[in-house]
Amino acid sequence: MRQKTTAVLSAAALVLGMAGTAQAGTLEDVRDRGVLRCVVSTGIAGFAQPDANGVWGGFDIDFCRATAAAVLGDASKIEAVTSTGKTRFTKLNAGEGDVLWRNTTITFSRDVSVKLRFHGVNYYDGQGFMVKKDLGVSSASELDGASVCIQTGTTTELNLADYFSSNNMNYEPVPIETNDEARQNYEAGRCDVYTTDASGLASTRSALPNPDDHMVLPEIISKEPLGPATRHGDDQWSDIVTWVLNATITAEELGVTMANVDEMKGSNNPEVRRLLGVDGSQGSELGLSDDWAYQIIKQLGNYGEIFERNIGVNPPLGIARGLNALWTDGGLIYSPPFR
Amino acid sequence: MTQPAQSTSNPLLQLWRNQESRGVIIQIITMAVVFALLAAIARNVVINLEAVGKEFSFGFLLWPAAYDIGFSPFLEYTNQSTHLRAAVVGLLNTLLIAFWGCILATMVGFVLGIMRLSSNWLVSKLSYAFVEFMRNVPILIHILAIYAMVVTLLPPAKKALNVGADAFFLSNRGFYVPSPVFEDGATIVGVVLLISIVLVYFFKRWARRQQDDTGKIYPVLWVSLGILVALPGIAFVATGMPLSWDIPVLKGFNFKGGMAIKPEFLALWLALSLYTACFIAEIVRAGILAVSHGQTEAAFALGLRPNRTLQLIIIPQALRVIVPPLCSQYLNLTKNSSLAIAIGYMDITATLGGISLMQTGKEMETMLIVMGVYLVISLLISSFMNWFNHRIKLTER
Repeated sequence: MRQKTTAVLSAAALVLGMAGTAQAGTLEDVRDRGVLRCVVSTGIAGFAQPDANGVWGGFDIDFCRATAAAVLGDASKIEAVTSTGKTRFTKLNAGEGDVLWRNTTITFSRDVSVKLRFHGVNYYDGQGFMVKKDLGVSSASELDGASVCIQTGTTTELNLADYFSSNNMNYEPVPIETNDEARQNYEAGRCDVYTTDASGLASTRSALPNPDDHMVLPEIISKEPLGPATRHGDDQWSDIVTWVLNATITAEELGVTMANVDEMKGSNNPEVRRLLGVDGSQGSELGLSDDWAYQIIKQLGNYGEIFERNIGVNPPLGIARGLNALWTDGGLIYSPPFR
Repeated sequence: MTQPAQSTSNPLLQLWRNQESRGVIIQIITMAVVFALLAAIARNVVINLEAVGKEFSFGFLLWPAAYDIGFSPFLEYTNQSTHLRAAVVGLLNTLLIAFWGCILATMVGFVLGIMRLSSNWLVSKLSYAFVEFMRNVPILIHILAIYAMVVTLLPPAKKALNVGADAFFLSNRGFYVPSPVFEDGATIVGVVLLISIVLVYFFKRWARRQQDDTGKIYPVLWVSLGILVALPGIAFVATGMPLSWDIPVLKGFNFKGGMAIKPEFLALWLALSLYTACFIAEIVRAGILAVSHGQTEAAFALGLRPNRTLQLIIIPQALRVIVPPLCSQYLNLTKNSSLAIAIGYMDITATLGGISLMQTGKEMETMLIVMGVYLVISLLISSFMNWFNHRIKLTER
């Protein structure tokens, strides 16, 4: 078993001392290796999925590529370390990956007890329920007695338990390892309901043979701020990941896009000039080249472009920006200033 | 006094040259190296855990687990229970699958092994083909394949197959059967049943002694069955049949009432049992072949009928060959049951070694406990099989 092996391997890593070497100096490790290793999911359409040629793409993957563009100057130099909901933190903490971009909810226990460092939110999500339309259910409050497919080791599992017990309802949990297995069980009718983050439901629904036969119930039962994570103990690396995310957001705020980034280098706006490394020395203070943010935007675009390209209103996913619009447009996406 | 001078001049060299003391020295060195290695590993663990800022403690076992477990037949469990309780639920599920797995594997294994020796060509080849197919495909593939078959081929709960008397239903949510409900007086029937078991035991001992003394053979099997059926039967009728059935009924999304054999349990049980049964079949075949044909001929010459020959001559001798490797197969089955995680059967690897590990981030602690648990279960099975082996071993007079 993949999961068990990883858990045992990570335990072995703790035993044999590999974890120790992976602590500090992640930046140097990545530069020496020439490739950035991102812990990602095993496949969620629109967020992280390999295409027919085995090239990974998606919203989370593009942020991984943005990190590679900033650190190595080349967005293609990434390696996807796949992980299930259960193995992701062990893989990160054991040093198998440099950074985690895997639709991961930021929570107290993950931050404090699991010893992760979180760097902001790249997607505001919430847990929802998907059912077949012919079940005749229109609200989550009608789900008493249902069988529910859940991915184990996720916050979803805990929210689900809380939601049903606080509403005095029973359910049969059907624990599943990956999104694909969940889809198979849901399709076969092993469970009535599939629950995960609303973004994941949209992605799963788009991959079903007849998406219109299924509906996502209106209730959103939790806050799921998704964001990148790194290990404790490497502040420089943490800063880099934080500001890679902020750079994409700031670029959208300032109207810097993949198409106009070269032109914008000649802009009069001092913040644009600082962001793109024309003025100031923010890159070298981070330990990167001064054009790090330029490379991100040149190769991948700003936050809005990454969003639209992978999961935006265009089919198949068609997720509206909603909470993930810029704060100036009524959303929650906000970056501290580049100053 | 007769030793050469150069040896006495260097006592260390002398110790080394002496074969006996050299052996001791090498053992001491080996032990020192092993302990140094263990100490280095322990030190590394402490240092690395400290480096990631994690404390090594088992206190998390008393925190609320906060997750639900769908399959807990023996123990009351809610999401407010502790991680320890979740671990115990997982442990019981592991024991449940191991117990029923070993039983089915033994039964199927003996049948397959005996079929393999049949003089009927078709029977023997069927067994041969089945054994070779099952044991040459990885167990994980069997588990996933059987689970996929159960979930995709069987109808969903609302279209469940009514397989008998409006009380037995088959669907991909499980096999639903009526569960017994005991009413007043059921304890009396239980007590009578226990008494009849004791009676059977004493009757068997008496019959054995009679046979030893007089050579007369009593129909032990039929009398025992008679006692076991008749006495509790009379008590059951006399107390007014204190038993009713809770029949499963489709209500809302799922069946309510009755008992359910979940597809996860079913798939894991069948896969583990059939896979292990094929190894047992080969062990049984080897065991029977190990009893020389002369034994059979000698028994026939003494006038024993074929079934008595099998029962008294062949099986006791074959068992001596069968039991030790059978023990290894039981251990394999128990350890393979940790593959349950692949299809979401909540055994100890899935609860403590899976979700609890994930929710608390205590990799070292949970893995150590899980390893310890499997070790203890395996040692218990081994000691039981050793006891059994000792009991059936050749008594030499």
